[in-house]
Amino acid sequence: MTLKHIEEYRDAELAQQLAEKIKRISHRSIRLMEVCGTHTVSIFRSGIRSVLPATVSLLSGPGCPVCVTDQAEIDAFIELAKQPGVIVTTFGDLMRVPGSTSSLQRERADGGDIRIVYSTLDALSVAQKNPGRQVVFLGVGFETTAPTIAAAILSAAGMKLENFSVICAHKTVPQALEALMTIDDVRIDGFILPGHVSVIIGLNAYRPFFERHRIPCVVAGFEPADILNAVASMVEQIESGKPRLENGYPRAVSEPGNVKAQRMMAEVFEPVDACWRGIGLIPGSGLRIREAYAAYDAGRRFALRLPETKPPKGCACGEILTGKKTPPECALYKKVCTPMDPVGPCMVSSEGTCAAYYRYHYEA
Amino acid sequence: MRHDKILLDHGSGGKISHRMTRDLMLPAFNNPILSELNDGAIFELQGLRLGFSTDSYTVDPIFFPGGNIGELAIYGTVNDIAMCGATPAYLSAALIIEEGFPVEQLETIVAAMGRAAEHAGVTVVTGDTKVVPKGMVDKIFINTSGIGVIPAGVQIASHRARPGDRILLSGTIADHGVSVLASREGLAFKTSVQSDTAPLNHMVRGMLAAVRGVHALRDPTRGGLGTALNEIAEKSAVGIRIHEGRIPIKPEVAGLCELLGFDPLYLANEGKLIAFVAPEDTDAVLQAMRQDRYGREAVLIGEATAEHPGKVFMSTRIGGTRIVDMLAGEQLPRIC
Repeated sequence: MTLKHIEEYRDAELAQQLAEKIKRISHRSIRLMEVCGTHTVSIFRSGIRSVLPATVSLLSGPGCPVCVTDQAEIDAFIELAKQPGVIVTTFGDLMRVPGSTSSLQRERADGGDIRIVYSTLDALSVAQKNPGRQVVFLGVGFETTAPTIAAAILSAAGMKLENFSVICAHKTVPQALEALMTIDDVRIDGFILPGHVSVIIGLNAYRPFFERHRIPCVVAGFEPADILNAVASMVEQIESGKPRLENGYPRAVSEPGNVKAQRMMAEVFEPVDACWRGIGLIPGSGLRIREAYAAYDAGRRFALRLPETKPPKGCACGEILTGKKTPPECALYKKVCTPMDPVGPCMVSSEGTCAAYYRYHYEA
Repeated sequence: MRHDKILLDHGSGGKISHRMTRDLMLPAFNNPILSELNDGAIFELQGLRLGFSTDSYTVDPIFFPGGNIGELAIYGTVNDIAMCGATPAYLSAALIIEEGFPVEQLETIVAAMGRAAEHAGVTVVTGDTKVVPKGMVDKIFINTSGIGVIPAGVQIASHRARPGDRILLSGTIADHGVSVLASREGLAFKTSVQSDTAPLNHMVRGMLAAVRGVHALRDPTRGGLGTALNEIAEKSAVGIRIHEGRIPIKPEVAGLCELLGFDPLYLANEGKLIAFVAPEDTDAVLQAMRQDRYGREAVLIGEATAEHPGKVFMSTRIGGTRIVDMLAGEQLPRIC
């Protein structure tokens, strides 16, 4: 047995003990939301729901960046891809997202120069290698990717790179939590807070939210035992009536977070009201490129206007993102809307709630 | 939305590819041999039972850690024939080359094909070379076809798995997929993972010599282990249960998959096979697999069941259960 196997074995053993503990101490019916898409996938892949008692429901929140990107923004991305001479660089999971009439994948099949990159810095090097063409990076994501995009803009500014710009559709997590608490008919008894985002923003970023609402909040890592540990803690907090803001991922997350990354973000971006697909306008929940770096703002460079859009008919992405419905309760799920022919964005990204249900959920 | 253009998803080996095969190809060529949709065709010709297969190789990049497109083109077809239970004998090779392609690289690729054929014990007996104007193909595409005889008494096909069969896997998964991904331009990761490209015909010969109870074989290439298991579950109308903790995966492969949000169950292998074997023959087949240099890490990963025909379930490490569906389209790296 190698060391790695021993670790996995211990992890499995620990997870089973935690599952037993949850069964033992859970009496009240509770609804916990995991805000992060990576948690959603980990929960499905490890079969966590199948080891939890019926009293504990896990809801998937608005934590998949692709899923919450507004339809108008998607349409703007596609418009950009149609412009002659423009190279669009993007993370892979935006490719299939359906806009009002097309998708980036279709535009690529039609001859659009759309390139999948794995980091913003790769996009920067595409710009360096193609000095005669405009290279735009589609900036979608949360606080996890925002610092890398800030770094790319700072580096482009340092190099005086004139053919690189970013269309910034970034969103921030604490403001979304706040919004979830104010939406009618959303009942959430506790939040599993995202791991990667918290590495950047730190536990302290959630304090104002926690103080206002006194609801159990646990930052969790991505191993099955991490998630079960967060669930066990919240069950215990709820049963005892003593909510806490807890760092369940201390091996990666600190109280202040990554201060250097936060500074870089603050240098390049400022908060702005942002539209979340399915939820609507959330005050201060987006990031806009500051005036000082306006030259790198693709929105300004290409004078992009966000078109008026309507969500696809019958699509329940909004209710799913807020935990009001589960994917099987959507009339389109699996019938019209599949990963091959997605209607809403939640069916597209590998971390989208509907795609995760489609791939991993089985109704006996 | 009906697709009016071919997308990369149509070539992913997952559900979209299957739908195209079913709706477009099968009706056009309408015959019972093709509709079996094995890795290769299995048919009888003048008293001989044959396995016959073809495949085109368009890998990007053409050179990757552990091999190049040349070896891949030989081993890929050799393996598809071996998965029919046949002994691969003769291959054809057709090259489509882009104008301006460096001769030195072509020499390296062709030499690799020669060595691979020798290593697999097959002979390339016919071929074709085309050169097309720059930009009409990406560097070089290779097609190989091959044929082999199925020994008397061997009955292997993807519809022959039975409830109770044990499922054996010849080694670690997703090595090829990860090695190719990691060596693609634009990916800043450095990894030591090598492609597992290898011939499996010698291993298969050993397995078939050991016992009679090998019912189905598959090399989980494009679409990965998850897709291959689903295909057999569907064609054999059996349920499948596999055990997460038993599936071998290199730590660096698992790590890179986690980073990119890929499920290793759906990444390609080019030198691995899965076998559905009668329970009483399990040990003998495992031993035969482990005696081959490409099967030393062979393990039992699960079993076929009478319940849930067509579905694949996985018992997870933490004691839970989840379904393993067929891959829908090409996996795309996620944003985090």
